[in-house]
Amino acid sequence: MSVPFIEFEHVSHAYGEHPNNGVFAIEDINLKIDKGSFIAIVGPSGCGKSTFMKLTTGLQKSTQGRILVDSKPVLGPLSFSGMAFQAPTLLPWRTTLDNVLLPLEIVEPYRSQFSRQKNVFIERALKLLDSVGLGGYEKKFPWQLSGGMQQRASLCRALIHQPKMLLLDEPFGALDAFTKEELWNILRDLWSDQHFNVIMVTHDLREAVYLADVVYVMSKGPGRIVHQRNIDLPRPRELNLTYEPAFTRIVQELRTYIGAVRG
Amino acid sequence: MKQATFVYRYPALLLFFVLILAWQGICVIFKVNEFIFPSPWQIIQSLIEFHSVILKHAWATFWTTMIGFLISIIVGVFFGFVIGSSRIAYDAFYPLMTAFNALPKAAFVPILVVWFGIGAGPAILTAFLISFFPIMVNIATGLATLEPELEDVLRVLGASRKDILFKIGLPRCLPYFFASLKVAITLAFVGTTVSEMNASNQGIGYLLVSAGSAMRMPLAFAGLAVIGVMAMLMYELFSAIEKNTTAWAHRKS
Ligand SMILES: Nc1ncnc2c1ncn2[C@@H]1O[C@H](COP(=O)(O)OP(=O)(O)OP(=O)(O)O)[C@@H](O)[C@H]1O
Ligand SMILES: [Mg+2]
Repeated sequence: MSVPFIEFEHVSHAYGEHPNNGVFAIEDINLKIDKGSFIAIVGPSGCGKSTFMKLTTGLQKSTQGRILVDSKPVLGPLSFSGMAFQAPTLLPWRTTLDNVLLPLEIVEPYRSQFSRQKNVFIERALKLLDSVGLGGYEKKFPWQLSGGMQQRASLCRALIHQPKMLLLDEPFGALDAFTKEELWNILRDLWSDQHFNVIMVTHDLREAVYLADVVYVMSKGPGRIVHQRNIDLPRPRELNLTYEPAFTRIVQELRTYIGAVRG
Repeated sequence: MKQATFVYRYPALLLFFVLILAWQGICVIFKVNEFIFPSPWQIIQSLIEFHSVILKHAWATFWTTMIGFLISIIVGVFFGFVIGSSRIAYDAFYPLMTAFNALPKAAFVPILVVWFGIGAGPAILTAFLISFFPIMVNIATGLATLEPELEDVLRVLGASRKDILFKIGLPRCLPYFFASLKVAITLAFVGTTVSEMNASNQGIGYLLVSAGSAMRMPLAFAGLAVIGVMAMLMYELFSAIEKNTTAWAHRKS
């Protein structure tokens, strides 16, 4: 196989002042993630999924072990990452367009070009909004959008600076089933167009199996990876795949692992 | 039909007139002595009779309050920023500030008189002392209650604390800030009046005390009415500014 894009070697992390009293949020994580792949992490609440995200992006420094992203050790925040969460966290005083542009006002090299290149950036943002079905809503304020539309805008904000990796922490957790499936396909298309790496935390096994190349199951106390499942279902995947026996079998299999870790 | 819509549009105004009429009615029917409890009509008469004196004192109270209020905006915003943008500063300052706020501000007046003499000085400072706390607390709250997820989204992009303050913290604070101004301005009037009552020879507070000791109850009540109107007008002013500058925070869902 090729050189991995993300590599965890014996990574453990404890929060707080005295990290060595043996209570780790995650413990001895080892994994290799291929460039351009889509991985999903499932596991019980509090098992360290969000912690894993923070370590990968460099927002937290691990207490033990080594993390490499793009063959370089992670020492600080990696600005080539985009993040989106269950809550869309859009700024209510900015229009949808200005919300999407926000990262470009912060991250280099866009930041120093922002005033000169603004039209180019607006063009890019409008295209992105269009691709998630928000064309024509750029002038609206977030509170004038539905929950699903806000989540789409939040995805655009995460992708506007063309990140190499996208981290999604239960991105569709608060949406109804139909909106959710619609957004699965939008995410699938964005990813197959641009092939950034995706790490997605989810509580929905169908979502994980439908979208991901690899699903990791984590256990709680200590937070470890107890199972890795490669999803070899052919791509492109369509929603009717989720009703086929091969799909359901994988979901069932993962469910037994989740049942085991929840004990 | 017509009356019903009037009730729905101006309920406060209507209630006000009903109360005034009832007050007038009670005073007339029971022949209440104006030295005990003047009727609205007697109050209006003394408002007209003493209008130049009342205006002079009202003006003194007004500018004293505004200066005190201005100082409390500056100091309140500054400390709000300090406390709201650092965990340590929050933990260090907040308990002390709360304790300070619990002190009755009227108790400071005699001390301020020793330091600054009789007059506008103690009134300005009392107005400031009583009104800066809500401003400070609101700014600090606006800054300190940032969603951690939003902070992560920006921090991962390499945003500095300054970036986060200017892009998120400041605009987020504005509705809290304007809301606090409404509360603070009415408190500032309380501070000024209390100080004038004890240590001044001008202002509505002074007028209240001297009218009271001369048994001129209608004049004292007229003073109360004037300060009530001033505080209410300022309140409405800041309320209107708030509505127009931070409409996004008052959206109808
Ligand atoms: N900032 C923090 N300080 C101290 N402890 C923390 C912090 N963040 C998380 N923890 C602890 O680390 C452990 C893992 O938390 P984490 O948020 O990573 O779980 P999670 O898998 O994302 O849970 P959920 O599914 O509920 O979001 C938990 O025991 C939590 O209490
Ligand atoms: Mg989490």
